[in-house]
Amino acid sequence: MRMKFRIFKNIVKQGFQGMWRNRGMGLASVGSITAVLIILGIVLIMILSINNVVVETKNKFDEIQIFLEDDITDEQLDYIEEQAKENEGVLSVIYQSKEQALEIMKEDWGENAYLLEGFETNPLPDSFIVKLKGIEYADSVVNKVQELEGIDEVKYYKDIIEKLVLMANYVRGGGLIITAILIVVSIFIISNTIKITVTARQREINIMKYVGATNGYIRGPFIIEGVLFGLIGAVLSILIVNYGYRYFFNTVNDKLYVLFTVYLVPPVALIKDLSIIFISIGMGIGALGSLVSLKRFLNA
Amino acid sequence: MIQFVNVSKEYKNGVKALSNVNLSIEKGEFVFLVGPSGAGKSTIIKLILKEEDPTEGKIYLNDMDITKVKNRKIPYIRRKVGVVFQDFRLLQNKTVYENVAFAMEIIGAHPKEIRRNVPMVLSMVDLSRKAYCYPDELSGGEHQRVAIARAIVNSPPILIADEPTGNLDPETAWEIMNVLRDINRRGTTVLMATHAKDIVDIMKKRVIAIESGKIVRDEEKGVYENEISNI
Repeated sequence: MRMKFRIFKNIVKQGFQGMWRNRGMGLASVGSITAVLIILGIVLIMILSINNVVVETKNKFDEIQIFLEDDITDEQLDYIEEQAKENEGVLSVIYQSKEQALEIMKEDWGENAYLLEGFETNPLPDSFIVKLKGIEYADSVVNKVQELEGIDEVKYYKDIIEKLVLMANYVRGGGLIITAILIVVSIFIISNTIKITVTARQREINIMKYVGATNGYIRGPFIIEGVLFGLIGAVLSILIVNYGYRYFFNTVNDKLYVLFTVYLVPPVALIKDLSIIFISIGMGIGALGSLVSLKRFLNA
Repeated sequence: MIQFVNVSKEYKNGVKALSNVNLSIEKGEFVFLVGPSGAGKSTIIKLILKEEDPTEGKIYLNDMDITKVKNRKIPYIRRKVGVVFQDFRLLQNKTVYENVAFAMEIIGAHPKEIRRNVPMVLSMVDLSRKAYCYPDELSGGEHQRVAIARAIVNSPPILIADEPTGNLDPETAWEIMNVLRDINRRGTTVLMATHAKDIVDIMKKRVIAIESGKIVRDEEKGVYENEISNI
């Protein structure tokens, strides 16, 4: 046990020495890992935010808004309400006048509400708000109501959600492909960096083999060197993504809510998971890079 | 100690290096392996060190079958066999002391043990005064003595020397031979591949002669060339 520990201590020491001796090329490795992880971070944040938007939208908008023409007759109004109510899954049909709509909008816009003061006449239409049990009932209601007289537009969130889901899938797919390519590239860069140390120490490795060093003993320092490069890259990218996103979040989040009534994922909720992901991927890239460059030397 | 049973070796490029070699070296023996270049001396050493696997036959080391062993077991076999090469193979950036200690660090020896054993072997090869010199401050013979110290510091039962005097002048060569003889007297089995006719003739040890991959002569207290084959 003590013997194992001494061997381990030796290996770690040599790993640090190797990293220091090789710091020039190491910079390239750290840089590439940092870049990969930052891009991965951006992709992850985009995916999470879109998912967030999808979920929030689903909850908020299990309703249909039927905008009415200004010159609608009372009979038409009653008929539309009747038709809407008849459908399966409809909880309630509420009439919202243009004045009410403007009030709600002012509330939503909060401190930016002064922007709405400029209108001389209220530009918003009257509407019915049809509350549904769930978004899945929307289609049948929309189909029935759409063709009726006196309706200007039926606003309907299902297609938006579908588009969002589709977009989320594209972002996820594209992001993962880009990340995978970059991971391969950085493994290649790391393996080249380590190869330089390995070549420089080729003589020593040979002698170590003759004296009876195990492959683990020979391989260990190089793997530690690679893992250290990966770790440094991970820490750098965590800092950059964390502070970068925080800044972005603070500048953009409020405006985003005004425009789309959604929030971004708060940075605090992200940082822990992101750190775990980054550190494991960074160290994984480092270890793999080393193993790739060592394979040739150890089988000889 | 070392046993070859019907060992043949054919390299991947088709060269037949050994054919049907049988040899048995007992504990405590001092054996010269002689023969022209390319006869198969190096192949025999490579087979013992598990740098190569035999194509046919069986190899035993310390009564253990090492014909086919898993890669991760090889280091443990090599710890039982000290090796010395013609080109010394020292680490230039380490002192004499560190070069020898290195071999003990690799196998996880206790620092106390390292501090005790390294000076001991250095005095055995008469290099105590040069312990803190770097290899480029040493003569050829001193180089080789450091290499020998490194090879025996972990007390392997077998010491293999591949042309250990090949790069040395005759006087220094004898210095090395005396060291090897001392090590042998302490009980270590020594197998030495060499071209040095005068050394072999004067030492009067067992001689195994190999030619074109076959053992052509194996005699106690032998000489480099048999007079009959000389004619």
